[in-house]
Amino acid sequence: MSETVTAPPPTGTISALAPKKRSRAARLLLGRDAIMIYALLVFVLYACISIPRFASPVTVGFLLLDVIPVLLIAMPMTLVIITGEIDLSVASIAGLTSALMGVLWQAGLDMPLVLAISVAAGVVAGAFNGFLIAVVGLPSLAVTIGTLALFRGLALVVIGDNAVANFPPDLTAFFTSKIGGTGIPTVMIGVLIVMVFFGVLLHFTPFGRGLYALGYSKEAARFVGIKVARSKFWLYVATGSVSALAGVYWTLRYSSARSDNASGLELAVIAAVLLGGVSIFGGKGSIPGVIAGVLLIGTINYALRLGRVSDVVLIIVTGTLLILSVVTPSIFASVRRWQHDRQVRNSLPQVTTSGSTRAEHPAH
Amino acid sequence: MTLDQAPATDARGPFALSLQGAAKTFGPVIALADGTVQLAAGEIHALVGENGAGKSTLVKILAGLYHPDAGEFLVDGEAVAFRSVADSKAAGISVIYQEPTLFPDLTVAENIFIGRQPKGRAGLISRTAMRRQARELFATLGVPIDPDRVAEGLSIADQQIIEIAKAISLDARVLIMDEPTAALSGIEVERLFAVARSLRDRGAAILFISHRFDEVFALCDRITVMRDGRYIATHETSGATVEQIVREMVGRDIATLFPKEDADIGDVVLSVVGLGRAGVFSDIDFDVRSGEIVALSGLVGAGRTEVARAVFGIDAYDRGTVTLLGSRLKPRDPQAAINAGIGFVPEDRRKQGLVMDLTVARNTALTLRNSLARFGIISGAREREASEKWSNLLQVKAGYQDLPVSTLSGGNQQKVVLAKWLATEPKLLIVDEPTRGIDVGTKSAVHKLLSDLAGRGIAILMISSELPEVLGMADRVLVMHEGRITARLDRADATPEAVMHAATASMEGAL
Amino acid sequence: MTTTVQPTGSGTPTPAASEKRNIIGSVMHLRELPVILALVALVLVTWAINPLFLSPQGVKDMLLNATIVMILAVGQAIVIITRNVDLSVGSILGLVAFGTGTLFVSFPGIPIVAVFILGMVFGALLGAVNGLLVTLAKVPALVITLGTLYIYRGLNNAWAGGTQYFADDRPEAFGNLSVDTVLGFPLITLMAVFVVVIVAIFMAGARSGRDLYAIGSDPDAARVFGIPVTKRVLLAFVANGVLAGLAGVLYTSRFNSVGATTGTGLELDVVAAAVVGGVAIFGGSGSVVGAAFGALLLTTITGALTAVRVDKFWQQAIVGVLILASIVIDRIASVRTARRLRVSEARDV
Repeated sequence: MSETVTAPPPTGTISALAPKKRSRAARLLLGRDAIMIYALLVFVLYACISIPRFASPVTVGFLLLDVIPVLLIAMPMTLVIITGEIDLSVASIAGLTSALMGVLWQAGLDMPLVLAISVAAGVVAGAFNGFLIAVVGLPSLAVTIGTLALFRGLALVVIGDNAVANFPPDLTAFFTSKIGGTGIPTVMIGVLIVMVFFGVLLHFTPFGRGLYALGYSKEAARFVGIKVARSKFWLYVATGSVSALAGVYWTLRYSSARSDNASGLELAVIAAVLLGGVSIFGGKGSIPGVIAGVLLIGTINYALRLGRVSDVVLIIVTGTLLILSVVTPSIFASVRRWQHDRQVRNSLPQVTTSGSTRAEHPAH
Repeated sequence: MTLDQAPATDARGPFALSLQGAAKTFGPVIALADGTVQLAAGEIHALVGENGAGKSTLVKILAGLYHPDAGEFLVDGEAVAFRSVADSKAAGISVIYQEPTLFPDLTVAENIFIGRQPKGRAGLISRTAMRRQARELFATLGVPIDPDRVAEGLSIADQQIIEIAKAISLDARVLIMDEPTAALSGIEVERLFAVARSLRDRGAAILFISHRFDEVFALCDRITVMRDGRYIATHETSGATVEQIVREMVGRDIATLFPKEDADIGDVVLSVVGLGRAGVFSDIDFDVRSGEIVALSGLVGAGRTEVARAVFGIDAYDRGTVTLLGSRLKPRDPQAAINAGIGFVPEDRRKQGLVMDLTVARNTALTLRNSLARFGIISGAREREASEKWSNLLQVKAGYQDLPVSTLSGGNQQKVVLAKWLATEPKLLIVDEPTRGIDVGTKSAVHKLLSDLAGRGIAILMISSELPEVLGMADRVLVMHEGRITARLDRADATPEAVMHAATASMEGAL
Repeated sequence: MTTTVQPTGSGTPTPAASEKRNIIGSVMHLRELPVILALVALVLVTWAINPLFLSPQGVKDMLLNATIVMILAVGQAIVIITRNVDLSVGSILGLVAFGTGTLFVSFPGIPIVAVFILGMVFGALLGAVNGLLVTLAKVPALVITLGTLYIYRGLNNAWAGGTQYFADDRPEAFGNLSVDTVLGFPLITLMAVFVVVIVAIFMAGARSGRDLYAIGSDPDAARVFGIPVTKRVLLAFVANGVLAGLAGVLYTSRFNSVGATTGTGLELDVVAAAVVGGVAIFGGSGSVVGAAFGALLLTTITGALTAVRVDKFWQQAIVGVLILASIVIDRIASVRTARRLRVSEARDV
């Protein structure tokens, strides 16, 4: 039977107790996003004070140059995970784009054409994921594990174990250039546009409103007229396209097109998105939180490196942050549930109603 | 014979199972005030009551899922206190649910014996022995099911038989069947009854919960009636009548319960012609006019919700047309239905009606998301404004706007669902079990609201399993049975007996 | 009730005819069938083009390449069957492999058996950490093991630094495990086959093994039925850890060097092998034998491509296609089952 009993979320069943009231401002200032941003600010402050050479434009430059690929891909990935799906193939799409760029450039095509074809390949790759997941209805985890191998494999087919490095110097120089003396990389302008685009799309459009509904309950979304398959399809096209942009960036920043560019990046992106407060179950999360998450990981890594902490310990920090970010809320939730239960037990039942409670526990 | 104060024993000796005065509350909501039922060995005992009478809470107590706050619970004359389902099973109680939960990937035999598979050589599971024992069980029940097939894709009837086989193999002496026939066809019901009777004859005590009076009277030896969480009476079937049982179940004069005020019935808003979907429903024809409340009645599983979902475009249909205000609706496109002026308050608030983690304002404005946007951008302020307007109308407190709906009570949640659909200013409102699981006060508020909406010229299609609600609210009642409309009753003709009769129509031929 | 059925070991024989039909029927429905057919087809086609592919040396290479992924895939299958996943296996393998190298250098003359036991215990501990986090915090395994993937790898980096241990740091007998053959089969492959058989018997024949399937099939129902879900899921992660530990020790025997990055990126190959082998990604069905065949198929492709002189760069793309193909096959099978349903269910897209 396809009918499975899913446990309802713990809240809500016993909900007639007066809901706790907080002002909007208080909620905004105490929310998950805000905490991420505080954590980021506190860490930056700490690093500026205690780590020599941290507070400088050079820091800003290198830090941002390093986090740009993750930051870019994290934007559409946030939307995908909010709908309760996942895309593991992003880094492979970036790799495929990079390989294509190398081969096409080597073949003597004009740079604009090279870029156009490479990015188009990313769009097609994303649409392929979207077709299998949204239209055919296959599980995204399995599909994107498959396309992770497929797209990386195609990158290998395209470029083999060659590396193409002779990109036009003025172009590669542009990709590492800074805006004036601020230390901010010029390409951050483009990244900012992507961030604003996905931020507005998620938080200020009907489409974005629909994604949250979709992530919480496909049924509820369909009842308000959201086109589930179509929304998901376009999200995968978006991850494909942005991954391609990240691939282009990667190639020109390091001035190297190789089949293994950006490999393993998918896990870094997902770790940052989850740290940024997006629920792996879907339905929860925000772009500002994710940006803070990406920057927090980037800053900690950079600071540790400056502080002469061995490079190799850095990934322990990423892993620990990721686990803490998901385990802590679940610990808080169980504490709150325990308190709530006690409260309920202490409050005397008022005799008000007939017995029409359908306590929605998993029935059997 | 009526037992107002059911004694601990009677001529049948100590009861196989006796629950007296059981109570269960959830916060301020009393789900069960006085749950009393006493089963003797070798009897089939019916438990009847309206939805919300506390039957399912009582079953969950017997099954060990809930621990009662008060009351006396005896099995074979000995007091028991179950902490888990395992305790209940160990005491010899098995529950057969309306839709059993089997492990879809495991074989039939394994589903029966999971966790206690017969062992053969070297302490390993003996599939031969397991298969043979499963065959023997099915032979005892007279139902051939291949023990080696996986459970996925089995009919509900077969799944129930597997649950019964499991109960027998567990040596269960008390069998509780919770609305087992709701999703079965006539022949399958007969087969189930034959099994139940043979188990009774071998000394089992069976508690049979059903809404179908013909089944209750055909199968059961005694009938216990519940209402509003309380025990009402127990009767010998031979001495009871349907009218008497219905009166006790309802316990009040239906006509005066939820009066719908008269409204001017106008033009046809919704017109459904020849709607059909293979295996689900067929030949569905009906109109709903402005100012009119049409109830789609019938038993759970008769196809009422399925028809409504097809009309709204959630599900596909194979044949027929749906016309709203003279223009045909595109099939399988809820957005088109919403744009045309249909609202749908679904039966499952938590999974279908609301996005529980979002705030009241977000939920209310979800239906308006396209019209609220200016140049594609939605502002939170406009959303709140729209939401407040409609929630105020329904007396959802203003302070609630920024709270996640999951923190509200069931009644307030239902108001939010209503608000989000009223915000679309629908011409036709479909309401599926509009008062399920909400308290009495909100219930009558919802009824008043539906009546007011009809008064303002909105056409309402209501699906309800509560007979008083149907009879009190509807201008016309369409009764469905096994995917077909079996009766169309005007308000004047709609009596409990007439509706019940049509809802169980073909059963009388089968039994 | 009178019909008490006592479990008895032997009994009346069932009609032979129906048994036979059952066997044919269940072979047709075997989830392992597609992967086995694909493997046979691959081997036959390659052999037809290049007969050297099935020479003793060719077979030996094929099996040696498959051994380590095979053991990892078996462990992963146990976890996936419970509707979980362990992405940290590559990192566990790396830690254990480096640990093995360290043991041989720090305690020259340590018995090889002791090294195996220590490696598996170490793996079990790392698996237990995953299992505890997943079961206690009730967070999806995907997230937790993604975290431990980083942490274990970081620990490996911190521990190893730039150090690498090479084949000559180890006793010859240990290295010979992956050189010597019995009847043409490398010793470590025979160990892997032994592991597959033991785990397969456990999964099919032990009550706790069947519990794992029930949990993956419907976790909530399993809990209601009184199956100790937490204990069993923990068991699955520990078992996977033990097998990843074993794979780590064998890796050290098979490959020339172990260091900070040993086993990086293996996790996706392993999950892929299990999926290709017919293990449903959302649990409940599939078998460890299928996963082992999946590993064999994926690793054989590389050799087969070389044998038929196709560019080796195609290997990974083909792996991707195979994964997608097995998901699609799985879906077609379940759609067919759904069509047989008497009550047509219209709720899903």
